[in-house]
Amino acid sequence: MTTYVIRRVLAIIPVLFGISILVFLLVHLIPGDVAQILLGTQATDQQLETLRRTFGLDRPLPVQYVDWLSHILRGDFGVSFRTNRPVLPDLVSRFGVTVQLTLLSMVIALVVAIPLGVISAANRGRASDGLSRVVALFGLSIPNFWLGTLLILFVSLVLHWLPPVGFVSLLDNPWLGMQTLILPAIALGTAVAAFIMRMVRSSLLEVLRQDYIRTAHAKGLREQSVLYRHALKNAFIPVLTVIGVQIGYLLGGAVIIESIFSLPGMGRFLLDSISNRDYSIVQGGVLFIALVFCLVNLSVDLVYGWLDPRIRY
Amino acid sequence: MAGWTLESATEPRLPAPTVAAPGVARTEQRWRALLRRLLRNHIGMTGAVIVVICVGVAVLAPILAPYGPEETHPNWRLYPPNEYFVFGTDEFGRDILSRIMYGAQVSLEVGLISVSLALVAGGLSGLIAGFFGGWSDAVIMRCMDVLFAFPAILLAIGIMAVLGTGIGNAILAIGIVYAPAFARLTRASVLSLKQMEFVQSARVLGSGDSRILSRHVLPNITAPLIVQISFSLSTAILTEAALSFLGLGTPPSVASWGSMLSASRRFVELDPWPAIFPGLAIMLLVLGFNLFGDGLRDVLDPRLRA
Repeated sequence: MTTYVIRRVLAIIPVLFGISILVFLLVHLIPGDVAQILLGTQATDQQLETLRRTFGLDRPLPVQYVDWLSHILRGDFGVSFRTNRPVLPDLVSRFGVTVQLTLLSMVIALVVAIPLGVISAANRGRASDGLSRVVALFGLSIPNFWLGTLLILFVSLVLHWLPPVGFVSLLDNPWLGMQTLILPAIALGTAVAAFIMRMVRSSLLEVLRQDYIRTAHAKGLREQSVLYRHALKNAFIPVLTVIGVQIGYLLGGAVIIESIFSLPGMGRFLLDSISNRDYSIVQGGVLFIALVFCLVNLSVDLVYGWLDPRIRY
Repeated sequence: MAGWTLESATEPRLPAPTVAAPGVARTEQRWRALLRRLLRNHIGMTGAVIVVICVGVAVLAPILAPYGPEETHPNWRLYPPNEYFVFGTDEFGRDILSRIMYGAQVSLEVGLISVSLALVAGGLSGLIAGFFGGWSDAVIMRCMDVLFAFPAILLAIGIMAVLGTGIGNAILAIGIVYAPAFARLTRASVLSLKQMEFVQSARVLGSGDSRILSRHVLPNITAPLIVQISFSLSTAILTEAALSFLGLGTPPSVASWGSMLSASRRFVELDPWPAIFPGLAIMLLVLGFNLFGDGLRDVLDPRLRA
């Protein structure tokens, strides 16, 4: 297990390196002159020159990259082009909101998806299976931003059950926090629920075909016992791997959902920075989310190896 | 001969088509059998019908649409559905139905071109990586890992933030984001094919790389790629709509489903209809591709058949 852990951890280093290059280039390949974009067309040559020197934009790209990376490694994500505030503390403070939204969406998705997937697989070919599959397909096809708008429209504006926008942290006031987060979490989690439900179903069907399930049936175990004691445990292993990827989907989707529900999370911060052309925040935010996603996938890999010894080849 | 008719009438269960001996005649037979099975697959055919209807509407939009996409009716702003405007009108008095019909053109155009881009770029890289291995494999797949390390929509947003709005840029961004999926799929298929006896015997018999690739490898990776194309089309259309919704995709002047939804948000309390119909259109088209992909996968991979 130790060698497996070490190998997995070492394997993400080249990926992290690649991510840093891509994120760096993202901003430096902007068509046109960053200084010009920032200062507008009326800027004098003198002003442009000062800005380029302040941000080191006048040096060759590789030099800028090494310099940028060495700052990132020391936890210095630079300062905002607009406000001169350091980027990282702002990102981290907003990230808490995004984490609450993402985790709540994942919990909702799992609570809905696992029972539906099991029911669907256990009743393969019957009406309940067909219905669950159709519901899952709709869930996969509905755009999350549209679902968000509809939820605001019907639940908040027509029925007045919940406040339409605003945010209270779950940590400060769980009851109010839940009221502000439940709709965005449903909008964000629906597609993930549909995806995981399909995964649970197909994975469980695959397991139910195995010899040891037939043996369990043959020795006279009850249907429930075969399903829950023998099949489900093994069916969850492939499901676990997609959960890592789905967290990436949730982090990305949060960008859109936060802006619809006016949640002060990282996604909305990123979008606002895009419209302000504050590229150091865009760069820092994209890098931050990619790093988090990488760490999530690494942890999923490690748990996977721990659960299934066959993986540690 | 009675047995023969009986057999063909009940349509025998065909073995898995994923790997079969090569040969033009057999390949053609195999595809025809697959097509027959697909035609009887309700899920897949429902999807196909939805997609065909949407494509038809998009192509025939200039004939079918009651009004032009930019045609304004100043006295009819934000009207609910009525006898003149079946889906109602938006804040400029434009007909929502007509704009949805023209919007289908944008969604399908972006979807088809970006997925073709992803297929060509990703498929070729995966083919090279899997077939030649070694350094090309290591370099190509590490690049793909890096692209995969970003949540797809976030990478697309990042690229659009840098390139600026526009249909061409959206196509490019979505193509880049979805290329790694094709690369991984192609590489995995090629790697498993390389181990197959018929490929190895072709090699022993003196076939060169290009012959093995074109006669033995390509025909056998088409099936999984087609399924991937169908699912990618649905996600590409969703991504384009999301980008346009955020104001990063198509410019606001173009009638696209995402930008229509975006504009409708400001008036949603006053008139919810413009916020409902374009979303339904997106869901319908995406559902069509998902259903079609599901049906295709059932047909192509009998192990997973319900």
